Formats: sequence, C-alpha cells, structure tokens
Amino acid sequence: MIWLAALIVAMGCALVLPVNGYLMNLLMQASTYAIAVLGMTVVLGYAGQINIAQAAFFGIGAYGLALGTTALGLPFFVALVFGAVIALLFGIVLGGSTLKLGGHYLAMVTISFQEILTLVLTNWISVSRGPDGISNIPRPHLGFLALDLAPHYLALCVFVLFLAAGLVIWLKSSRLGLSMQAVRDNELAAGVVGIDTYRVKIIAFAASAALAGLGGGLFAGAFRYISPDQFSFDDSVVLLTMALLGGVDVAIGAVIGTALLILLPEWLRFLKQFYLAVYGLAVILIMVFMPQGISGYFVRFFRRVPPMQEGAITPLVFGAAGSTGGMLLEVSGLAKHFGGLRAVDDIDLAVERGSVHALIGPNGSGKTTTLNLLSGIYRPTSGSIRLGGRDVAGFAPHLLAAAGIGRTFQNIRLFHSLTAFENVLIGSFRDAGSRDAESRRARAAAALDFVGMAERAHVTVASLPYGHQRLIEIARALAANPTLLLLDEPAAGLNLTEKQNLVALLRRLRGHGLTILLIEHDMDLVEQVSDRIAVLNFGRRIADGTPGEVLRHPDVVAAYLGEVAENAPA
Amino acid sequence: MAIVLQLLFTGLGIGAVYALVALGFVLIYRATNVVNFAQGQFAMLGGYCMVITTADLGLPYWLGILITLLVMALFGAIFNLGVYYPLRHRSFLPVVISTIGASILITNLVLAIYGPEPTTLPGMTDYPGISFGAVFLDAQYLVIIATTLALVILQYFFFEHTMIGKKMQAVSQDKEMASLLGINVTAMIMLTFTYSAVLGGIAGILVAPILFVSVGLGAQIALKAFAASIIGGFGDVPGAIVGGLLIGVAETLGAFYISVPYKDAFAFILLFAFLLIRPQGIFGEKIAQKA
Repeated sequence: MIWLAALIVAMGCALVLPVNGYLMNLLMQASTYAIAVLGMTVVLGYAGQINIAQAAFFGIGAYGLALGTTALGLPFFVALVFGAVIALLFGIVLGGSTLKLGGHYLAMVTISFQEILTLVLTNWISVSRGPDGISNIPRPHLGFLALDLAPHYLALCVFVLFLAAGLVIWLKSSRLGLSMQAVRDNELAAGVVGIDTYRVKIIAFAASAALAGLGGGLFAGAFRYISPDQFSFDDSVVLLTMALLGGVDVAIGAVIGTALLILLPEWLRFLKQFYLAVYGLAVILIMVFMPQGISGYFVRFFRRVPPMQEGAITPLVFGAAGSTGGMLLEVSGLAKHFGGLRAVDDIDLAVERGSVHALIGPNGSGKTTTLNLLSGIYRPTSGSIRLGGRDVAGFAPHLLAAAGIGRTFQNIRLFHSLTAFENVLIGSFRDAGSRDAESRRARAAAALDFVGMAERAHVTVASLPYGHQRLIEIARALAANPTLLLLDEPAAGLNLTEKQNLVALLRRLRGHGLTILLIEHDMDLVEQVSDRIAVLNFGRRIADGTPGEVLRHPDVVAAYLGEVAENAPA
Repeated sequence: MAIVLQLLFTGLGIGAVYALVALGFVLIYRATNVVNFAQGQFAMLGGYCMVITTADLGLPYWLGILITLLVMALFGAIFNLGVYYPLRHRSFLPVVISTIGASILITNLVLAIYGPEPTTLPGMTDYPGISFGAVFLDAQYLVIIATTLALVILQYFFFEHTMIGKKMQAVSQDKEMASLLGINVTAMIMLTFTYSAVLGGIAGILVAPILFVSVGLGAQIALKAFAASIIGGFGDVPGAIVGGLLIGVAETLGAFYISVPYKDAFAFILLFAFLLIRPQGIFGEKIAQKA
C-alpha cells in the first residue's frame, strides 16, 4: 500500500510540478540510471559478482531502442523490450563463458566487453552510425495517451523504476535471491547445500544486464539522441560508484546513490576536472569506512523481521527414518591425487543405514579430502561412490546434495551476513518434501528448533558465538532432509558443556535413524556415539570395525602413538 | 616471409611490455590474493614520470629512469598503505573494488593535471636499429625485449635463490604459517607492492617511446595484461610472460592482416576463445580451495 501511494505521489509530482528543462533532464537521467544501478544491486549486492560493464549493457538497451524505432520501425515498447532482451542475451553468453571461474575473471571479462562494445559502436558505422550517434529517437504513444511531453515521459520512467525496485526488493527474500546471497557469502557452502551456483550466478548477471538494458532504452527515449561516448568505461565506473555509495545490497541504496551522484556533479562544479578523480577516491573511502553504503546507516531500523513461524513449531521429520539395514554408502577404490601427492589412496568404506560411522586418523591422513570427495568439492581421481546403490562419483556438489548428502565443515562455513533462520531456510530448499514456501519455512523452523537455536533465529550468524554457529550449520544440513550426514570435526573448538550437548544431539539424530559419517579427533566423543570406526593413515584405510576392535588394533596404536621399535634399548 | 618476421618481432616487443605488467599483476595476486586493477596505471605513471623528468625538466635520460624507478617504488608503498592495507582482513570483493577506485583516481588525477593531449618520449638511444635483410630490428624494441628477458632471469634468481625471495614465496603460499615462522608478512607484502609498482614503471618507461604517453595508456596496457595472465594461466609467472608475448603477436598480426580499427579487440577475442576452450589457461591456474 505504501508503495502504491509512493508511486502515485512520485508520478503525480513528475506530471504536475513545474520543472525547468535542465532539472527535467537531470530527473530523467537519474530515473533511468537508477534502473541500471538496481541491476548492480542484484549482480554485485546480492550475488557478489563484479560487473564493470553496466554502461555497456545500458548502451545495448539504448541502441536497441534507438535502432529498433528509427531503423526497424518498431513501436517504442517493442523496441524497449528488444533492447533489454539483447542485453539479457549478452549477459547470458558472457556470464555463461566466465562464471564457472573465480570472481576476478568476470571483472576482467566485463571490462574487456566494455572496451569491445565501445570499439564496435564507434567503428561499425553502417549499423551504429558511428561516433555521430543516433538522433530523433521517438517517444511512445500509449493508446490515446501521447507521452511526448517531458513530464509524461518522466512519469513513465518513474513508473518503470518503481516496478524494477519492487522486483529487486521482492527478489531479496525470495528463494532465488537467498540463493544469490548464499553464493556471495560462501560459494563453496552454497554448492554443498544444494544450490547450482553457476546457474544462480548467470541468472543474477543476466538479470542485471536486462535491467541495464531497460534503463538504457528509456534513457535513449528521454534524450532522443545517443552516441557511443555516453556508454564508455567511465560511465560503468559511475554506475558502480552509485551502487556502492548508496549501499550495494539494498534496492533503496541504488536509488539514493544514483540520485546523489547525478545531483552531486552540480554541487561539485567547483571541482571541475577533478570530479572523476573524486569518484575514484570515494570508491576507496566507501570500501574502507562504510562498506554498507549510505543506506547501511538507516536500513537496519526499518528492517521488519517476519515471525519465524506462526503458532507452535512442528517436530522435525526425518525422511530416511525407518529404513534400516543394508549399506547406504559404499565407497570402493576411492583415490584423489594432487600431482604426486596421494591425499586419498584406494579407500574402501561401507556405511550401514542408520549407523554412526566415525572416520579418524592423524592430521593429513586424508579424512577431510574423503569428505570433500563425498560432497563433490573434489572430483575423485578414481574409484566409485555408491549412495543407496547409485553411483554418484564425480557429481557436482549441488547434485550430491539433491542425491541426499548433507555436510558441515571443519572451519564453519555459514552465510555470514544472513540470519540463522535464513541460513537454515536455504538448507530447506533442497528438501523434496517441502515444495511450497510455507512448508520450507516450517521445516527450517523445525530444524533450528531441533538443535535448540530457535530463539536465535533472527540473529545474523556472524554475531553468534562459535558453538552456536556449529549448531546452526548442523541445522542447515538437517533442513535439507539428508539421507547421509557428513560431519567434519563438529566438536572442534567446543567447550566441555557444548561437547556434551553435541553428544546428546548426535544420539538423538541416530535415534531418528539418520545415517552419519563423522570425522572427529575427540576420541571420547567418537567412542560415545559411533557404531563403527574407520581409521585412515597416509591416505589409506588401516582399520575398520567396532570401537573396541579398532582402538586396540596395533596399526592404529602405531599410527597415533608412533611405532614401537622391536629392539628398543630398555 | 620477411613481413611475417617483421610483424613477429614487433609483436614480441609490445608483448614483452604486456608481460611485464602481467608479471606485476601476478606477483600481487600471489602475495595477497587480490587482483590489482590499478596495475596498468603504474605503467602510465612510469611513462609520465619519464616525460616530466626528461622532456619537461630536461634531465638526462638515465637520471630520468633512476628518478622514475624511485618514484614508482615509493608509489607502490603508498598504494599498499592506502588501498590494500586497510582492507587486508576483508574479503576479495571490497579489496578489488578498492583497487578499481584507485585506478579511477590515478587516471583522472593525471588527466586533471596533465590534460588529455598525448605527449611523446624519445627512445632510449639514437641508434636506429639493425637490418637483417628485409627485416628491420628497431632499437627500442630490442631494448624492450632485452630488458624484459633480463628482468625475468633476475626475478627467477631473486625468488629461488635469495632468502628474502623465499620469504615472499612463503607469504604468498600461506600467510598464517609464514607469520608463525617469524616472517614479517606485512613487510613482505609491502615489498611485493613496491616491486610490482617498479615493474609497472619499467613497462611504462619502455613503452613510452613507441606508444604515445596519454592517460589512456594505463587502461590500454592493463586490459592486455589481464588477458595475458588469464591466457597464460592465472597466477602463473611463466604463463604471464607467454600470455603477454602471445597477445602482442596476435594483435600485431591481426592489425596488419585483418583490421586496424579493431586492433585492440584481438586480445579480447583471444581471451574469450581461451575462456571457452581452455579457461585454466596454458599453464593452468592453481585452484586449491580448501574445505
């Protein structure tokens, strides 16, 4: 409702207020730029991917509209969509070729793309009309309503800006938006909880490109003349600075940043030729002193925290419960070599359904590497991994999550800027039983309650104590309803009370029939919870059996305490 | 045939400059895991410093070089303190954005002070070059190739055979462990930035006589150097050199045989081809993310 009122007021102001031509130009520039900056909110703010070619996509949209209307004779709105779709397609192709790689690749590729586009627009004169640009770009007619007059056209731009802002705000708390933020905060963990990180990054980048294209199209209509130098690297820098200044991960930040930097040059006229240098300095200072941007100072006061759950929390349901007997996980001949180093070398391992199986061994014996192979972070050099009879070796992390593998990390990997509840909610996306948003929220609440963290639901995880973070990471894995839970040193760094709680939690999980593969150094804990223990040393399995058998096995004793020399002098 | 050899020689010369900038870039990446987007501006600054000392102040060429190297070393240290150091404990993203900000700042500061008109710098020597039949080896290109070669050899010995070089390698592999072993990590990173800035400055000194010295010089070289380091295998020292040479040759051949206006696009076309077919580059990026 507030939004609708604000929209009507804003459009009304645009139509009614007497504005001189110069201010009108500034307002049209601000509203169309802001749409492109909202794209930066999605790609940089939500998904954490550096795009330094926003002006290029803005330019593609502008040229799409200009050429669509003047050269192809398309109606205005068709040409507007045409430009945005071309920008979107470029986004998909560019993102698709780059986003499998690390973050810095996208930054470089977008800069290159920006340069190529400028070259093409300047030199491909038969299509782009070269450095002279395109003039006489028409404005639209909407049925009987002619939007020729500047106030009418500005009202249209404001309307589209509100739509875009609404979309970007809605996106943030949606499943897709949370997945983007998960990728930004911890890409590795995002994959392991079941997010197809590559796909999510491409969507974010393409959406950002499309928003820029949309803004660019409106920009072309606003000024009725465009030329290649309006969409240069410098303009991408301005768009980036706008997003950072306002606050990169909130939609309102995009609007604030844009408004300020459009108006600022008017106030900063005294800087003359230095003003772009001031932008550069501002970027550094923002990064150092106010990483949340301007909106960071007040957005938190307006943040409405929705109740985690209406009414009572339902108990957590374990899908795998009841199906005991037989082997759930069968690993044979598993190996991972890094160059000459055989981190894991020909390991066999069988984990029985419904059991707690511990994997122990000295430091560097290959335990975590084994877990990384089982959760898809590494691809095995050779060997097979069968989960419930299905060979899953070499699957990507999100596919293994879908197959039923959940895990936690030795050095906790939570989505640090999100709340405990949001972290666990992201985990629930992978649960096949929770199809709608309502049941996913219920499942997340149940998982959080199961580990005893329901009261901390709306606390940002970065500010929680270490022991609580461990529990939330377990809850995140449980929310996905895994058939096999991999725990990597869950007791590391916990104090005595917390360890006792952990033992109780693990026993409750076993009581629910969940199969667990556990890496742990704390032998006390291992003995208390494990049905079987496998021991690794130098990448090989040296023992596997019940705790009683294994802990007395001479090879195990030797591995932990050192070899007893046969002829040692007394 | 002669024309191909001639183009190859020119390409290697300009490629050597890209390689030097790419090298500075790789060293900082290895020491700090940060991609320094201002690396090209180091070269631009080096070029301007030469113009100011030799053309404007009329100092001898050798003294200009000496002053430029000192200024660049100082600048590298300031850059580290202002752009990297305050953000060293933060994630990749803010630091990279901060270097982008620095790049914008440097470019526009030079633009504001020195204006947009490109200036020229005479070559290091009056000697024109050597003729091999139909192939003419320009003296400045010979100087570039020889200097790059010497620097690469020197750097190899520095990193593999001196204590301080080994300490810098240790820092680039594991900062925490290096610090536990008593290595002053902050000092080593400072040294890396200083050295990288000097490398960039040398690239600028070398390239100034064959390209115009202008504010656009930094971005122009940096983009080729980025492409070079990706093509070579990101973070790989030999990769940066091979990638730089490859791009120099590709764009020289492309400009001659295909199109002059699109000269700057060939590096990127090569880059996209690599990203699609062999994204890890020629020597492969060392990707080791630990869970």
